[in-house]
Amino acid sequence: MRPSTIWFTLKQGIKNIKRNWMFSIASILTMAACIFLFGIFYVIVNNVNNIAHKVEAEVPITVFFDEGTTQEEMEAVGNLIAQRPEVARIEFESADEAWEKMKEEYFGNSDAAEGFKDDNPLINSSNYQVYMNQIEKQTELVAYIQGLEHVREVNQSEQAAKTLGSINRLVSYVSIAIIAVLLLISIFLINNTISVGISVRKEEIGIMKYIGATDGFVRAPFVLEGVVLGIIGAAIPLIGLYFGYNGAVTYILTKFNVLMGVVDFIPVADIYRTLLPIGLALGIGIGLVGSFWTTRKHLKV
Amino acid sequence: MIDLIDVTKSYGQGLPAVNHANLHVDKGEFVFIVGSSGSGKSTLIKLLLKELDSTSGQIIVSGERLEGMKHRRVAKYRRKLGVVFQDFRLLRDRDVYENVAFAQRVINRPTRVIRKRVPEVLQEVGLAGKYKAFPDELSGGEQQRVALARAIVNRPDILLADEPTGNLDPKTSEEIMKLLEEINERGTTVLVVTHNKEIVNSMKKRVLTMHNGVIVSDEEEGEYYEA
Repeated sequence: MRPSTIWFTLKQGIKNIKRNWMFSIASILTMAACIFLFGIFYVIVNNVNNIAHKVEAEVPITVFFDEGTTQEEMEAVGNLIAQRPEVARIEFESADEAWEKMKEEYFGNSDAAEGFKDDNPLINSSNYQVYMNQIEKQTELVAYIQGLEHVREVNQSEQAAKTLGSINRLVSYVSIAIIAVLLLISIFLINNTISVGISVRKEEIGIMKYIGATDGFVRAPFVLEGVVLGIIGAAIPLIGLYFGYNGAVTYILTKFNVLMGVVDFIPVADIYRTLLPIGLALGIGIGLVGSFWTTRKHLKV
Repeated sequence: MIDLIDVTKSYGQGLPAVNHANLHVDKGEFVFIVGSSGSGKSTLIKLLLKELDSTSGQIIVSGERLEGMKHRRVAKYRRKLGVVFQDFRLLRDRDVYENVAFAQRVINRPTRVIRKRVPEVLQEVGLAGKYKAFPDELSGGEQQRVALARAIVNRPDILLADEPTGNLDPKTSEEIMKLLEEINERGTTVLVVTHNKEIVNSMKKRVLTMHNGVIVSDEEEGEYYEA
């Protein structure tokens, strides 16, 4: 394409937007709403995930062994657990370490524990602390560990795992459903906007085709129109969310200060590293699909 | 230049719009196609423009076979044709210069070529002084001149004119026909569909008469014959 043709196409595209400005605004707003909601769900899902991962990392499963299990046997069990994909890492705690920890925790620096000096009351407390990377698989992992030889007991925080896992899934499913519906509405509206543009320019398109314009030449301004609408429709919510996110995080943490220290929100820059390209791609994608699909029907002259 | 071999076009039940038509037009010829409404003249033009596909038969224009021509190829094919309609079909929101330049932009001509060619062709059709006017500021005859300028700006092999004087008074019609004749004299093959008996009879050109989709007569220096 020559620069003059590109310039011509660009001018035509902008002219189209101005000509049906009401439909153009409607398309931009719907798309903005769609991408805004997408952004909100994206932020929620990511933060819930983030919290879940923190919990996963911080709340381990504890595995205790049968009386008389040798160190080698315990290590063998440890190796089997460590090989599981849902396991992030394991830490061994010997009976002595467990007793030291307990002493420090319950007796502090007092001499009350001195009576047990050479007789560790937690002699059978050697254990593995298992940290997971997929908390929703906790029940499965616990069942697996309980089936292993020499394992006496497995302690877990099942409730936390189940709740977080199901919240995560629920938020994901709801967001996918809402986003899918909004995407369809956006494509429909872009389609409508372009259709109006085409009906206004039907005669012009006919003349172009008679003169020998290729489909690409006729289509280019409309596709450009769709893409411009898409970019604007994506930019508005992305800018809004950028400034809104920090405000919302501060608000939540001050309003519900019980969450302070427990809930750790992802920094906006980290969120935007993925959200920005996805949001823009969504806008441009909706614009492209909507306009391409609409012009296809009108080019058979 | 144009060959129709046993061409039929049906729209469904009933008589075909074009019925077993055979036609040969040489390069540089000027041909009138006449006949009453519904005789198949416009369908014939649409077949040549590849706006419609024939039901059977063969159409060869400028060495290109139109049956089975890929949709992609149609645009390139149409660049060999210029076309003029009864209702001018100008772009109302663009001035005379832009209406003509548009035809060159569509085929991707560089701006410097457009700047040279458009004034040239406006001069040829006698509109050199009106390049800034908008279609609504022009008379019917002037609008048809703009349409003609647009049709010939890309130097087509063939000019198809569908009732070019249908909306014009006799004097203006005569002027437009004169222009068509001049374009023809410069080497373009011209096919004119018309109802205008006086013009056909005065110009002494080849006349094809259609009736109910059939070419009923084909005469050199013919006259308007009511089938």
